[in-house]
Amino acid sequence: MGRYALRRLLQMIPVFIGSTFLIFFMVYALGDPVAALFGDKAPDPATAARIRKDLYLDEPLWRQYAHYMGQVFSGHFGTAFNGQPVTELMASAFPVTLRLTVVAVVFEMALGITLGVLSGLRRGRGLDTSVLLLTLIVVAVPTFVSGTVLQYLFGVTWGWARPSVSPAAPLTELLLPGVVLGLVSLAYTTRLTRTSIVENARADYVRTAVAKGLPRHRIVTRHLLRNSLIPVVTFIGTDIGALMGGAIVTERIFNIHGVGYQLYQGILRQNSPTVVGFVTILVIVFLLANLLVDLLYAVLDPRIRYA
Amino acid sequence: MRGAPYSLRARRALSALCVSAVALPLTACGGGDGGAEDGVVRSSWGDPPNPLEPANINDVQGGKVLDMIFRGLKRYDPRTGEAKNALADRIESSDQRNYTITLKQGRRFANGEKVTAASFVNAWNYGARIDHKQRNAYFFEYIEGYDKVHPAAGGAPTAKTLSGLRIKDERTFTVRLTQKFSTWPKTLGYNAYAPLPRAFFEDHAAWLRKPVGNGPYQVRSYTKGSVMKLRAWGGYRGPDKARNKGVDLRVYTDNNTAYTDLQAGNLDLVDDVPAQQLKFVRSDLGDRYINQPAGIIQTLTFPMYDRAWSGPAKAKVRRGISMAINRAQITERIFHGTRTPATDWTSPVLRRQGGYEPGLCGDACRYDPARARKLIKAGGGLPGGRMTITYNADSGSHKDWVDAVCNSVNTVLRSDRACVGKPVGTFADYRNKMTGKEMTGPFRAGWQMDYPLIQNFLQPLYYSGASSNDGHFSDTGFDRMVNQANAASADGRAIADFRDAEKVLAQQMPAIPLWYQNGSAGYSQRLSEVALNQFSVPVYAQIRVG
Repeated sequence: MGRYALRRLLQMIPVFIGSTFLIFFMVYALGDPVAALFGDKAPDPATAARIRKDLYLDEPLWRQYAHYMGQVFSGHFGTAFNGQPVTELMASAFPVTLRLTVVAVVFEMALGITLGVLSGLRRGRGLDTSVLLLTLIVVAVPTFVSGTVLQYLFGVTWGWARPSVSPAAPLTELLLPGVVLGLVSLAYTTRLTRTSIVENARADYVRTAVAKGLPRHRIVTRHLLRNSLIPVVTFIGTDIGALMGGAIVTERIFNIHGVGYQLYQGILRQNSPTVVGFVTILVIVFLLANLLVDLLYAVLDPRIRYA
Repeated sequence: MRGAPYSLRARRALSALCVSAVALPLTACGGGDGGAEDGVVRSSWGDPPNPLEPANINDVQGGKVLDMIFRGLKRYDPRTGEAKNALADRIESSDQRNYTITLKQGRRFANGEKVTAASFVNAWNYGARIDHKQRNAYFFEYIEGYDKVHPAAGGAPTAKTLSGLRIKDERTFTVRLTQKFSTWPKTLGYNAYAPLPRAFFEDHAAWLRKPVGNGPYQVRSYTKGSVMKLRAWGGYRGPDKARNKGVDLRVYTDNNTAYTDLQAGNLDLVDDVPAQQLKFVRSDLGDRYINQPAGIIQTLTFPMYDRAWSGPAKAKVRRGISMAINRAQITERIFHGTRTPATDWTSPVLRRQGGYEPGLCGDACRYDPARARKLIKAGGGLPGGRMTITYNADSGSHKDWVDAVCNSVNTVLRSDRACVGKPVGTFADYRNKMTGKEMTGPFRAGWQMDYPLIQNFLQPLYYSGASSNDGHFSDTGFDRMVNQANAASADGRAIADFRDAEKVLAQQMPAIPLWYQNGSAGYSQRLSEVALNQFSVPVYAQIRVG
């Protein structure tokens, strides 16, 4: 197990370097960002040249990348155009998005797995059909629609929650945005759990457990659910990375100053240090989440073991 | 139902949430920072893209802050736009080139430092020097010695200070310009000319974290990217003291969210009503909605460096295209009356005495399909039979109106394909194409004035080789009239000369005036006496709360 984890960690190094280079290249390909700093006015060429030199933009791409990676390994992620170090932006943005993601994941896990188990056990009956319908609707409605509608209903019409999240972004305020963010994944979690439960309900070990006369809740939780969770855990693991990066829409609707917001600003202003820095962290989060998922397999199903 | 306050039931539901989640770190239970502070205006804000230094801010959002924490030599009357003395006691010149500036007595910065002649001279020297990479450095280009501290070709500066600036005593300094510039004193209300305290130079990083100025407000706290809290400064000695206790500027990533917050009672003032809400804003806010002209004009500029678009025959085509645009219909349908069809190249905020002349464009800005068709034909038709309108697709709703303009042109020319929009992905790319002379047809241009002067609407945009002359228009007659206006000693004379220069534009049509942009704002019932100035920025100091 230890050796397996170590090998996986070592594999992350090339992935890390490759992905950062790709992102760097893509942001670079968007063109010269300096002109936009001057707004609708033509930049003064001498000042623009100085800014370019300062940001290393006058160097060829590979030198820019080498310079950037040198900075990254010394713990410095460059500076955003407004003069703020990118590490400072990260320190303020990541905790907020992490909290938002936790709310979304807890919501989708709790509700999704429960609904999935219930409808899986009552396959083909009324509850199963209504859950199917419900999840179809949830998948079909895009986040910006559900987000704005729920924001308007809860925030303005009923006044139950604040329509926007304050800079401190406490958990209570993140409940509504978290639910919105988790909605689509909730539907997938439900469907996955249901299918898996239906499949495993006919498995030998379940039949054996029933034959042994075990109580029903024990059969469901210890035998059926534990084995059925493997695909669900895989999904949620990859989803954590996707949720953190994909929170752009939700964060925009609820004015949350998290990762999505910083990424959006960074892309809009073609600020490569911001974009590359944030995506780099997201890549690491994604890799770690996947490692965790793989390690969890062994816990869920002892037959899966890594030497 | 809209704008309902928190109900009792909702409070119960919220407190239940708080109880059920005690294990988690909570700060928002029981009000927190969601509530309104007594006497403080909660206003929407955008994250300024550049560091907050006077000579480095060229966007509205940063300008908002500078307007609150700084007072310069002049200040534009928020109602009339007239440049009035603020810190300046007198600005005198006998030749329109050498100016002597005397300051008022007893003005201080919020940290107690006196505002002296050196506060201005040091600030201007800082702003002009190339090493400091200030976006507004070119505002100092008329002062003698600018080419030494800011060499045009790049490279190292040969001087550290502007030779045209001399301190005479604590309250007096002189300025020598490189050319005659009669309206120069009136430009001094611009934020780039603000004075700076010694603290700015001594600990620059600390100053940027918490700027110190000499205006009616001082910064209490600044969390970059999310909120700036400003509070009224008791030591301010100007006539426009703050009538409220302070202003909280909150960063919104989406103006729709700000508007929703206004409806829910979490925000007091939005100064940018989202386009989607314009249909409902009157019924939502009633007379708490402001829609008034701002110093912004939108044009379709032609690439005069492209031979297909230049030359005398093509002037007819350019005029014809202008006549083919149904401005009234587009401003009404797409902008819901937040823009006004343009009939000259300036802005109504200048007023007639400041150089605004409605109708100066004449027939060329009137919708006339028959004559438009004739003129375009007489000029040899569209180059290659078709044209594109280039715009940036990443911000604003440019696509909507560009498509509408093209539609209008296509209807007039009875062809579906005569005009099409040509989006460019990002604003930066768009700017690069523009400065790189890569435009092959008309492109959208917007001009937000720096100061309410007719000079600012003409010289930077159409003078040969001027900084924002993106179409690279060049006309000796136009240049001569502008020079004459700048040398004029009397105000009225200068404005008349600028108008004559503008008539050259009406003939040549290097840029088609489309519409004047309005500022639009909405506010909550807590506020009164809310107004926008000519830059479409709320006049915060005069807002009353409660």
